Amino acid sequence: MSEMIQTENLRFSYPVEEGAAPVYALQGVDLAIKKGSFVVVLGHNGSGKSTLAKTFNAVLLPTEGVVYVEGLDTRDENQLLSIRQRVGMVFQNPDNQIVANVVEEDVAFAPENLGVPTEEIRQRVDNALKAVGMEEFVTHAPHLLSGGQKQRIAIAGVVAMEPECIVLDEATAMLDPIGRREVLSTVHRLNQEKGVTVVLITHHMNEAEDADRVIVMSDGRAVMDGTPKEVFTQVASLRSMGLTVPDTIDLLDRLQKDGVEVPLDALSVEECADAIAGAFDKISQEG
Amino acid sequence: MLKDITLGQYFPGNTAAHKLDPRTKILLVVLYIAALFTAKSILAYGLLAVTLAVCVRVSKVGLKALVRGLKPVLFIIVFTGVLNLFFTPGEEYLWAWGPFHMTEAGLRNAVFMVLRIMLLIMGTFLMTYTTSPISLTDGLERLLNGLKRFRVPIHELVMIMSIALRFIPTLIEETDKIMSAQKARGADFESGNIVQRAKAMIPILVPLFISAFRRADELATAMECRCYHGGEGRTKLHVLHYARRDYIALFFGCLILASVMVLRFMGF
Repeated sequence: MSEMIQTENLRFSYPVEEGAAPVYALQGVDLAIKKGSFVVVLGHNGSGKSTLAKTFNAVLLPTEGVVYVEGLDTRDENQLLSIRQRVGMVFQNPDNQIVANVVEEDVAFAPENLGVPTEEIRQRVDNALKAVGMEEFVTHAPHLLSGGQKQRIAIAGVVAMEPECIVLDEATAMLDPIGRREVLSTVHRLNQEKGVTVVLITHHMNEAEDADRVIVMSDGRAVMDGTPKEVFTQVASLRSMGLTVPDTIDLLDRLQKDGVEVPLDALSVEECADAIAGAFDKISQEG
Repeated sequence: MLKDITLGQYFPGNTAAHKLDPRTKILLVVLYIAALFTAKSILAYGLLAVTLAVCVRVSKVGLKALVRGLKPVLFIIVFTGVLNLFFTPGEEYLWAWGPFHMTEAGLRNAVFMVLRIMLLIMGTFLMTYTTSPISLTDGLERLLNGLKRFRVPIHELVMIMSIALRFIPTLIEETDKIMSAQKARGADFESGNIVQRAKAMIPILVPLFISAFRRADELATAMECRCYHGGEGRTKLHVLHYARRDYIALFFGCLILASVMVLRFMGF
């Protein structure tokens, strides 16, 4: 079984007043997320991306359709704990997900809930803090840390559960650029070194550059799906959905419109610079 | 102004007083309170004051911090003292003026009452100063564990308490932010009489409560995502163990309570 999470015709509507027609936040999503992959879900506000994330570990249950986590149906109450243990979730506001007032106690929260023996909890806490690069802060008070550090503690709290997949629901939205970079490099490292599947929900396009796969949500549907290059070169349709494109693509797109011959799929800053330099070389040779 | 709330403040340290098991410290405070209410003579109070002084010395908590803890209850202390001093009935008046009169018994009651309240507060504060909130709630949970048999939701109560403690700094920060925001819009919290000032607090309390509920909702979801399902089958990162020093401390605690009782029995 190589699928981490699989959804089949997933529809979800938040409870509405009696008599009113249900409004579907998700209108039929079919996705399969491979184990060990790094998937970014993009979408503007109200596109259903957060709702989608919350169905991945049974915080929300599908109104119609099914969600499987490693083959386990999320509607099965007996499997609830083992589903949540497999798919950890990090939320937007770091203050509202830290439970204890000492870092190590907070990271220990999930293993304590799972009934892990004391000596192993100690090990897991130390390993998790090392994995997010916060091992010097074991006995610190979380409320004195910066936003990025708090969010890394929150990630450590999830890592200590030893999940196979981590879902970050706009976990970088409240952070400054430095904090955002800290969090992103942490999850990339977890993905590469520990093989943890990562689902990153965001509306920052630049965060999707290094992903294996980008899914764009709009009006409760997955409207685009592919590698970052495949998705971001469709500049016009992204803009029509109210999304911006990464700065590099934006630059290349404008150059192209001005008649400069550059490829659109140079996503990283280096690639983009090479592409522009190449175009200039061509111009100077011709001219 | 919100920064000097001392409730549940903890001074980290590495002294014998810090290292005692939290359960021991809670039990010692209970013994101490029992002794305070048994004491009737200057000798007994003296013994208890010396005990406290020794504990303070061992804990290396500054006397200043302890005295600061007395400030919020200063009014109660003065009120009790004055009431006892001037209104205790007696036969021989040492001094009288209108309805006020001073008797020997009154003078004695006043001094003892004030001493009792002060020692009581300093004693309990010494415990919270030397014990981190987490180990305090941990100790409480373990001590009251037996009540679970009578369906008292001890784990839940302790969880509520520790989350409340965890959110005190967050909510204080939030209150400060809301106050600044309201001040920037021309709100005035400092002038006017009590009624006006109380009214000025409403625009702070409403957003504070709304955001507290929102936080509670998000925290509950986050806790569930980390597999929280009540106290059942839960293990602990730190397991409490009684050490030799705990038995010694408890022995001395009992000894002091016993001597105070003996003193009272003997009529001192």
